[in-house]
Amino acid sequence: MNRFAWLLDRLAYEPRRNAKLALIADYLRTTPDPDRGLALAAMTGGLVFPNAKAGLIRTLISERTDPVLFALSYDYVGDLSETVALMWPSAEEAGHGSSLPPCGGEMERGGERPGEPSPAERSPGRPPPTPIPSPRGGGEEPYPATAEPGHNRPPLTLPDVVAGLRSVGKTELPRLVASWLDALDETGRWALLKLITGGLRIGVSARLAKTAAASFGGVPADEVEQVWHGLEPPYAELFAWLEGRGARPEATDPAPFRPVMLSHPLEDGDFDRLDPAEFVAEWKWDGIRVQAVSGTKADGTRLTRLYSRTGEDIAGAFPDLVEALTLDGALDGELLVMREGAVQSFNTLQQRLNRKTVTPKMLTEFPAHIRVYDLLVDGDEDIRHLPLDERRARLEAFLRKLDGARFDLSPTIPFASWDDLAAARADPASAGAGDDAEAVEGCMIKRRSSPYLPGRPKGHWWKWKREARLVDCVLMYAQRGHGKRSSFYSDYTFGVWRQGEEGDDLVPVGKAYFGFTDEELVEIDRYVRKHTQNRFGPVREVTHNAQSGLVFEVAFEGLQRSTRHKSGLAMRFPRINRIRWDKPPAEADRIEALEQLLPAAG
Amino acid sequence: MTLARHGAQAVAAPKFRPSELLIPTPAGLYCPLADIHIDPVRPVARALITHGHSDHARAGHGAVLATRETLAIMALRYGEGFTGERQEAAPGETTRIGEVAFRFVPAGHVLGSAQIVVEARGLRIVASGDYKRERDPTCAAFEPVPCDIFITEATFGLPVFRHPPAHAEVAKLLESVRLFPERTHIVGAYSLGKAQRVMALIREAGYDRPVYVHGAMEKLTEFYALEGARLGEIRKVVAAERKSLGGEIVICPPSATQDLWARKFPDPVTAFASGWMRVRARARQKGVELPLIVSDHADWDDLQATIREVGAGEIWVTHGEAEALVHWCGTVGLRAKPLHLVGYGDEGEAEPDATPAEVTP
Repeated sequence: MNRFAWLLDRLAYEPRRNAKLALIADYLRTTPDPDRGLALAAMTGGLVFPNAKAGLIRTLISERTDPVLFALSYDYVGDLSETVALMWPSAEEAGHGSSLPPCGGEMERGGERPGEPSPAERSPGRPPPTPIPSPRGGGEEPYPATAEPGHNRPPLTLPDVVAGLRSVGKTELPRLVASWLDALDETGRWALLKLITGGLRIGVSARLAKTAAASFGGVPADEVEQVWHGLEPPYAELFAWLEGRGARPEATDPAPFRPVMLSHPLEDGDFDRLDPAEFVAEWKWDGIRVQAVSGTKADGTRLTRLYSRTGEDIAGAFPDLVEALTLDGALDGELLVMREGAVQSFNTLQQRLNRKTVTPKMLTEFPAHIRVYDLLVDGDEDIRHLPLDERRARLEAFLRKLDGARFDLSPTIPFASWDDLAAARADPASAGAGDDAEAVEGCMIKRRSSPYLPGRPKGHWWKWKREARLVDCVLMYAQRGHGKRSSFYSDYTFGVWRQGEEGDDLVPVGKAYFGFTDEELVEIDRYVRKHTQNRFGPVREVTHNAQSGLVFEVAFEGLQRSTRHKSGLAMRFPRINRIRWDKPPAEADRIEALEQLLPAAG
Repeated sequence: MTLARHGAQAVAAPKFRPSELLIPTPAGLYCPLADIHIDPVRPVARALITHGHSDHARAGHGAVLATRETLAIMALRYGEGFTGERQEAAPGETTRIGEVAFRFVPAGHVLGSAQIVVEARGLRIVASGDYKRERDPTCAAFEPVPCDIFITEATFGLPVFRHPPAHAEVAKLLESVRLFPERTHIVGAYSLGKAQRVMALIREAGYDRPVYVHGAMEKLTEFYALEGARLGEIRKVVAAERKSLGGEIVICPPSATQDLWARKFPDPVTAFASGWMRVRARARQKGVELPLIVSDHADWDDLQATIREVGAGEIWVTHGEAEALVHWCGTVGLRAKPLHLVGYGDEGEAEPDATPAEVTP
C-alpha cells in the first residue's frame, strides 16, 4: 500500500506528462503481481467497490472531529480525501506525517525510517535534541513504549485493501476502513481514501496509464488498448505479455475503444498555406464527442459500447443508442439530443450526461442521437488507414444500412474558397445548418486525404470556432475553488444591470471559474478578500454597486432561456475573457443586451 | 474575562476595559494609554515591532522600539533611515511608557522575534506576533507568558495543519539530492528566517558541501552567521555559473523558483519549504515537485497547546484562519474573537503593495 501511496503522491506533484509516464512505468517494472495490476486498475477506473462510498468517509470523520472544524478544513483544502487524511486523529502520527522515501518498498509502520532519529531521540510532539528547554511547559507526553497498537501486524498491502473492500459487507466496512486509517501515515491514508472514493484525480487518465504500461512493455499504446477490454484486474496475462513471458492476450473484446483523432485550433495565417480544394468542412457540433462500437461475440450475440473521447464506457446511460446500433462497426460522432428532427441545446443534453443509469421518462424526454462524421471500422474491417474521402463514402453506405432515427450523417459545408467558409461560419443557419444552427459552435476543416490517426497529429484536422460573445459583468459573489484552485477565491458569480423596483440593480447571469491566468487569480483573490461585504459559508459577497466593484469581460458560446436562474438566462461555457480593472461598474452591460442574443423561440 | 491571578491586586481598581489597553485600528493594534502601535501597517508616530518580516516591520515610523536583532534587520532591509528614532528592547526587560509596562519576550519565529507583553492596572495582554513552538537552531525559543488576554496569529489555524518534524523534511531534501546527483535542487524559502533555518538544519543533518544562495538573501544570511547561526559555507549564485551547479542545493526566495533565473540550472528539482506544503493543491499551484513542510508558525496542535499554556481567559485572533481557532476556543470554554486585522501576509509572504489596511467589522 505504501508503494502505491508513494506513486500516487509523486504523480500528484508531477506536471510533466513524460515524467508521469516514467513514474508509472517504473512502478510497474519494480512492483510484483498482483499489486501492480491492481494499481493499474485503480488508475484506469477498473476498481469499483459498491459498498465503499464518500459517504462512509464523511461518517467516519464526523465521528472523530468537530463538524465546524471539518467544514472549514474541507473548504480550505478542497478535496475530501486529503482533508480526511490530514485531519484523521492518529496517535502514532500526530505531528509525524512524513512521506516515504522513494525506494522504500513496503515499509514497516511505526518503526524507524531511514534518515530519522531513532524513537529514543524523538519526542512524540516535537524533537528537541539540543538542551533547549522544552516549550511545552509541564505538558510533556512520555514517549510511548510501543510505537502504536498493532505494530506487529504485517504491513497493509494493496491486495489486502482491494480484497477487503470487495468482500466485507456494508456494516463491517466502516470499522475495517477506520482500522486501516489508524495504521497508515498521511500519504497512505490519502491514497487509501482516493482509492475508496474512486476517481483518483491525480492528473492521470486511463489512457495515460495504459500508455505507461505499453511503454514499459515496449509495445505501441494502441496494442494495449486493443487487448484491454478482454482483460480483468490484476492483469497478470497482460504483464506476462509485456515482459515477454507470455503470449499476446487474445483481443476477445469485439467492441474495443480506439483512440480518437483530435484537431488543432486554426491560427492566423494557416489559410495562406492551405489549398481549399484539398479540404472538406463540417459543422462543429456543440455536443459530446463519442465513439460507438458494436461487434459480434464468439457466441453470436451483439456487444455494443459507447465510449467518451477518453475511452470511458458510457453505454449504461444510453440504452436508446446501444440498441439502435445493429451493425458491426465503429463510429465517431457527436452525441446530441434531438427533438422532432432538431438538435437541442447543450443545456438540454446535459440532462443525460454524468449518469450511470437512465429512467424511461428521460429516454422519451431527452432522446439521444449521434451525428456521425467518421467510420473507423466497417463490419470487421479496420479502415482507419484509408483517406477521409473513402471513409466518408463507406460511412454513408453504412448509415444507409442502419435504421436512421438515432444516427445521421454530419453534413459537409460546400465552399470554394476560405472566404466562402468564413461566410458560412458567420451564419450557419443560411449555410445549411438551418434549425440546428444554434448547436453549431464553428467549423471543422479536414484534409481529404487524412487517415484516422490517434492523438492530435499535425497537418490534418483543424477546428475553427465561432467567435465568442462578450459581455461586461460585475463580480457579485466569489467562492473558493477546489482541486488545483483550493484556498483561492476562484469561482465567480457575476451579474448585469437591470431595472429594479428601486432603480437599477444587478442580477446574476452566470458563474465562471476559468479564463484567467494564475497571476490574475492571485490578484482577483486579493481583491475579493479586501472587498468582502458578507460571508455565507464558503461564499463571499463582494462589494458591487454603481461606484465600486470589479468588472469582468465575460466570453460565452451561447445563451438559453432558463427557469432556474433569476435572470431567466443560462450561459453556455462562460469564462473570464478579460478583467476590466479600469471600468467603473456602472458602465457594465444591461440585461437587455443579453436578451437580444436569445434564440427567437423560447 | 478571567481576571489577573498574578502580580498586584490592581484588579480592584476602577473598571478597566481591555479596549482601553489595546484596541484594533486600521493601522494595527493601538495602545491609547501609551499612544503606541504594535506592528503598524501604515506609518505612525511610535511603533513597537515584534519581528522583521516586512508585513510586520514597515519603514517610515517616527520611532521604533524593537529587539536589537529586529532593528538590525530593518536597517538591512530598508536602510539606516527606516525610522526617525530607534530604541532597543532587551528581552525580558520592562520598558515603561506612561503607566503601561512593555516587555519583549522571545517568540521563536525568526531571529530577534518577540512577543510583546502589555500590562497596566493589573491587566496583562500578550501580543504574540508570529510564533512557533518547534525547535529552531537559529533563534531563541518561545517563552509562554501567563496572561489575561492572549493575542495569537492563526496562520495555520486549521486541524489539517500538523507540521511534521522539520529535520525529517530536510532529510527528504537530502535524500532527493542523493537520488538525483546531476540535478540542482532549488529550495524556495522566505529570505528572513526560513532560509537560514533550512541551512542550519541541512548542516545538522551532516551535509557539508557549500550551500548556494540567491543574491536577494545574501545580506540577511550574513547577518544570521554573524549572530552565531551555524550555516557552514554559503556561496552566492553567480549567474554565469548556474549551469555548473548540478547536484548542489540552491536556496532562493519562493518567487525566484518560478523565474527565468531558476531555469538556467541543470534540470532543476523545485522544492519549497513552507507550512503551506502540507496541502497538495498548494504545492501544485506553485509548481513544486518536492514539498518540504517546514514552517515558522505554530501548527494547529501548538496553537491549542500555547493557548492552554498561557492560561488566558480570552483569546484574540489577529490573522490567518481565525474562524476555526475562534470556534475551537468556544468548544473549550474560552472567550475568543477575531480581530480581522488586515495587511499581515502568509508566512512572511508579505503583500508587496502594502495597501492601507482596513479593519472589517
